Amino acid sequence: MALNNFLILSAFLFCTGVYGVLVRKNAVLVLMSIELMLNAVNINLVAYSAFHHEVTGQVFALFVITIAAAEVGIGLAIVLLIYRNAHSVDLDDIDQLKG
Amino acid sequence: MVAQNVAFWILAIAMAGAAIGVVRSQNVVHAALYLVVVLAGAAAQYILLAAEFVAWVQVLIYIGAIVILFLFGIMLTRAPMRPEGTMDNNQKIASAVVSLFLFGVITALFVDAYGDKEIKLSDDLVLIGRSGTIASSIFRDYLVPFEVVSMLLLAALVGAVVIARRD
Repeated sequence: MALNNFLILSAFLFCTGVYGVLVRKNAVLVLMSIELMLNAVNINLVAYSAFHHEVTGQVFALFVITIAAAEVGIGLAIVLLIYRNAHSVDLDDIDQLKG
Repeated sequence: MVAQNVAFWILAIAMAGAAIGVVRSQNVVHAALYLVVVLAGAAAQYILLAAEFVAWVQVLIYIGAIVILFLFGIMLTRAPMRPEGTMDNNQKIASAVVSLFLFGVITALFVDAYGDKEIKLSDDLVLIGRSGTIASSIFRDYLVPFEVVSMLLLAALVGAVVIARRD
């Protein structure tokens, strides 16, 4: 299997995630796009691990999965708090910091 | 090798289509279910790369925990199930240009750097993907990062409870 196949697949997933973060208005959907980007990084790490016959990439993929879980937990808690205070998760409505 | 390539392309096409579904779907629940397809496809790719432990951790944590958390988030924020307004802002074209440009740059970089390098599948690759090898690497070489991550998870757990609690 060519290494580039996996790398380009992960680049595609990452760029789709970037598009989602830029375009989506719903905060939950933005968090989903961030998950796409983290997942793309994991595919890269595991592909390099197989390419170099070295376990380090897989260990780092496990660390990334752990941090992604913590990030989603905190992120959704923040979104819930915003929904409770502003009654909306539309990111265009949340502009209190805008001067 | 041919079988692996065929499997890779089937999975890759399914994942690419589902990823576009995640960022294009106007129904929030459909987007979450498209995300399940992408995550399961990634787990299958890990199995193709003989990283079985990471693949099952991916299934357990991403599909088992994170997607359920997303579905709870969708329910609790009462996101519109039916598209009344649009879910996207008015920056679609600019965003598409930016992400396509980024994809082009990254792809050119990879093609230039790794031209036709092959991943050699062999028996010791399967040994590397075993949980025993990964465990001895974590607990011998990466013990400090492991402890830091466990403290991070504890802090995230307490923080999520404190932030989301009604008081």
